[in-house]
Amino acid sequence: MPIARPSTFANPLLKDYVLDNTYDEMFSDDGLVRPHYAQVLETFLNLPPEELARQKRSVDLSFMTQGITFNVYGHGEGEEKIFPYDLLPRVITGAEWQHIEKGLIQRITALNLFLHDVYNEGKILNDGKVPREIVYSCRQFRREMRGLQVPRNVYITVTGTDLLRLSNGEFVVLEDNLRVPSGVSYMLTSRRVMKRTFPQLFRDYGVQPIEHYTQLLLSTLRSLAPEGRHDPSIVLLTPGVYNSAYFEHTYLARQMGIELVEGRDLVIHDNVVYMRTTAGLKRVDVIYRRVDDDFIDPLAFRSDSILGVAGLFNAYRAGNVTLANAFGTGIADDKAVYAYVPAIIRYYLGEEPVLNNVETYLMTDPKQRQYVTGNLDKLVVKAVGESGGYGMLIGPQSSAEQREDFKRAIEANPRNYIAQPTLDFSRAGCLTENGIEPRHVDLRPYILYGDKVRIVPGGLTRVALRRGSLVVNSSQGGGSKDTWVLND
Amino acid sequence: MLSRVADSLYWMSRYLERAEHTVRMLDVNMVLMLDKSSTSTEGRWKRVLAALGNPEGVRWENDYDQLVHTLTFDADVPASVTACLIEARENARQVRDEISSEQWQQLNRMYHWVIQPRSERGLNTRLNDFLPAVIDGVHLFQGVTDTTMSHGEEWQFIQMGRYLERAEATANLLDLYQPEILHTPEVAAEGRQYQEWVGLLRCCTAFEAYCKVYTADLTADQILEFLLLNPQFPHSLRYSVDCLRQALVAVQQSSGRAPVDELTKISGRLQASLSFVEVSDILAQDPGAYLGNILQQCRQTHELIYRFYIQYSVEAALAM
Repeated sequence: MPIARPSTFANPLLKDYVLDNTYDEMFSDDGLVRPHYAQVLETFLNLPPEELARQKRSVDLSFMTQGITFNVYGHGEGEEKIFPYDLLPRVITGAEWQHIEKGLIQRITALNLFLHDVYNEGKILNDGKVPREIVYSCRQFRREMRGLQVPRNVYITVTGTDLLRLSNGEFVVLEDNLRVPSGVSYMLTSRRVMKRTFPQLFRDYGVQPIEHYTQLLLSTLRSLAPEGRHDPSIVLLTPGVYNSAYFEHTYLARQMGIELVEGRDLVIHDNVVYMRTTAGLKRVDVIYRRVDDDFIDPLAFRSDSILGVAGLFNAYRAGNVTLANAFGTGIADDKAVYAYVPAIIRYYLGEEPVLNNVETYLMTDPKQRQYVTGNLDKLVVKAVGESGGYGMLIGPQSSAEQREDFKRAIEANPRNYIAQPTLDFSRAGCLTENGIEPRHVDLRPYILYGDKVRIVPGGLTRVALRRGSLVVNSSQGGGSKDTWVLND
Repeated sequence: MLSRVADSLYWMSRYLERAEHTVRMLDVNMVLMLDKSSTSTEGRWKRVLAALGNPEGVRWENDYDQLVHTLTFDADVPASVTACLIEARENARQVRDEISSEQWQQLNRMYHWVIQPRSERGLNTRLNDFLPAVIDGVHLFQGVTDTTMSHGEEWQFIQMGRYLERAEATANLLDLYQPEILHTPEVAAEGRQYQEWVGLLRCCTAFEAYCKVYTADLTADQILEFLLLNPQFPHSLRYSVDCLRQALVAVQQSSGRAPVDELTKISGRLQASLSFVEVSDILAQDPGAYLGNILQQCRQTHELIYRFYIQYSVEAALAM
C-alpha cells in the first residue's frame, strides 16, 4: 500500500500520522485537511501538550466521579472500568448525515414491516424472498409472537445500527442491533464533557444538538402505551447492578424521570403489571426493557432466569402492557437474515437501499461455505447470534490454530456462522501518546420508532484505540469520541 | 418509592449502626480489661457476645485477642464489623441512583479502606487505630446523609433503620446488665463496680452526657433512668423510639395511605411505655420483663414495617 506523508505533517504532533488506501476522516488522499475538520485540527495542534494532558485528566476524573463505567465480564467479578475516551471529535457534514438518516429511516421501516409480516401472514416467506428455514431456524424466533398485535405495529422501538465508512467514502451498514442496544449514555455524556472542555470550538462549529434524546425516548415510549392508558406509567427494567450497562440504565431512568425497576419489583395480577412501592401496588403501562428475551419471563422463556417477571408475557399478550422492544426482534438482526435486508427493503418499500450492506457469505450455501473455509485468513467470521465482538474470527490477525477451530465449528453448524471480507473501514485522527494518529472508527446512531421514526443527529463513534486494531467494542479495548454533525 | 429501594436503604442504615455499635463494644471492653475488675475475662467477653445477640460462627474460646480480631476483620462472620460494612455498601450500591453521590463516595471510600489487605492499610493495622476510624467513618456518613439528601421518604427509611437498630442494641445491653445493677439501686458505685458501670455508659457513648446531668456519681437507678428515659440523649431508648416514631408517621403521611392501625398501635405503645413512666415504677416491678417487652415491640415494629411497606402480599395490596 502506498503510504503518503504529506509535508503538512511536518508538525511534530502529526509525525506518526499515515495515510494509505483506507479512508481518512480528517485528511483527503492528497494529504490536505478536509475543510470541515480544519478548525478542529488547528485547535488541537495549537494546544500546548501540557494543556491537552490537563484537559484529558480532568475529563477522566469527571467520568470517574460520575461513575461512567462499565463492567467487564471474564475479568474477576464485575470489574469496573472507565470507558476510554478520545477528546478529538469526529466531524460529519450535514449532507453526509442527511444521506445516513434517510437510509436508516428506510432500513428501520422495512425491518419493522418484516417483523410484522413474519409474525403474522408471512408473505415474504411465501413469496420466497427470504428462505423460510433461515427465519425458523433462528434462535431468536419466538413462536409465541405469532398473531400478536403490538401497539402501532411497532416492534423495534430503539435500534442502534452500526455503520462503517469504506475506502471510497461510502457509509455501509455492518449490523443492526434490534434487541437491547446500549451505549447511548456514552453519546450523551461525551457531548456534555466536550461542551465543557472546548466551549469556544463547539460554538464556532455549529454542531447539531443531541441532548433531547432522552426526551424523544420518553415521548416515543409514551406513544406506544396500551390503548386507553392516557397518562401511562413508564419504567425501565434493568437486569440489575451486575449488568455491564447498569450505569446507562440508571442514567436514562434518571434523565427521563421514570422508575428504574428490577424483575423482583414487578408483580403480575390478572394479566396486569404492577410495581411494588411503599404506597402499595402501582400499575405499569410501558416497560423499556433492557433485559434479553431469554431472561424476561421464566414462565414463557428460560425457567432458570431470576432477572425476569413470571407472567409478563401473558400480560403482554393480553395487551395490558407494552414492551419496548417487542419480543422476538432478534430474528431481524440475525447475521444470516442480515444478508437479505436489501431484498427486504425492495420487497416492502419498492425502493433501492440507500445504505448498502457489507458483502456477506452464508455458510448454509455449500459453494459459499467452500470458498470461506478455503480463505479464512482473508475473511472475518462471525457467530450469527453473538454481539459485542465475542465469538468472532478476524482472518488476517488469526493463528492457524484459531482458523482450524473455526473451520470445524462452521462445518459442524453452518447456520450458526456467516463470513464477510475483512473490511478496510475508515480511520479518524485520535490523540495518542505520540501526538495525533489515525485509528479505525465506526458509527452507531440510535433510531427511535414510536408514532414515527426519529434519530438524533450523530451517534456514538467507537474507536479501536490500539494501533491497527479493527475491533471497536468496549469489551475488547475500544473507546469512544464525540460525533459532531454540522449545520452545513 | 419502590419497596426494594426502601428495603435497601433501611438495611444500609441498620448495618452501619450495627458496625458502629460492635466497634464500641469491642473498644470499651478492651480498655476495661486493662484494670482489675469484678468481672472475669470470660464473663466479660461472653457478655459482649450476648450483647451482640450471640452471633453465629463466633464462640468464646479463652482467647479474647482472637475473638476481637474475628469480630473486627473476619468478613466470613456476618456479625463482624467488616461484614456489616460490606453489607451496608452492597445495599447502597443497589440503590446508587437514589442516594446522593456524596453519600455513595463516603461509603465506597470506607468500604475500599476496610477490605484492603491489612498490610496495605499502613498505620491502621492496629486495632486501636482501626476501631475509632470506623466510628469516624460512620459518623461522617450520617452527617453527609443529613446534609446532602432530601429528607423525604427515602431519608425516613434510613432513620427507621438507624433508630430501630439502636433501640434494640441499647435495650439488649441494659437487659444484660440489669440483674447486676439491681442489687443496690440507690447506692453509688465504687472501685471495680464503678469501672463496670462507666463501661456500660461508654458502650452507649453516654458517660459524659450522664455526668452533665447527674455528676459523676454513678447509681443504678440514675444510669437506668438516663439510658432508658432521657428525652434528649441520642443513644437513650426513649430518644431512639421518638425518632423511629417520627419517621413512621412521616412515611405514612407521604405514602398517602390510611394509617396502618397495627403499626400505629405498636409503635405508639412503645413510645408511651418510655415517655410516661418513672424509673422507680420500673424498678418496683420487674425490670427484666419491662425490657423484654420493649425488645418484643421493637421486633414487631420491624415486622410490621415489612408487612406493610416492603413484603406485602399482592392480595393484601389489591384489597387496599
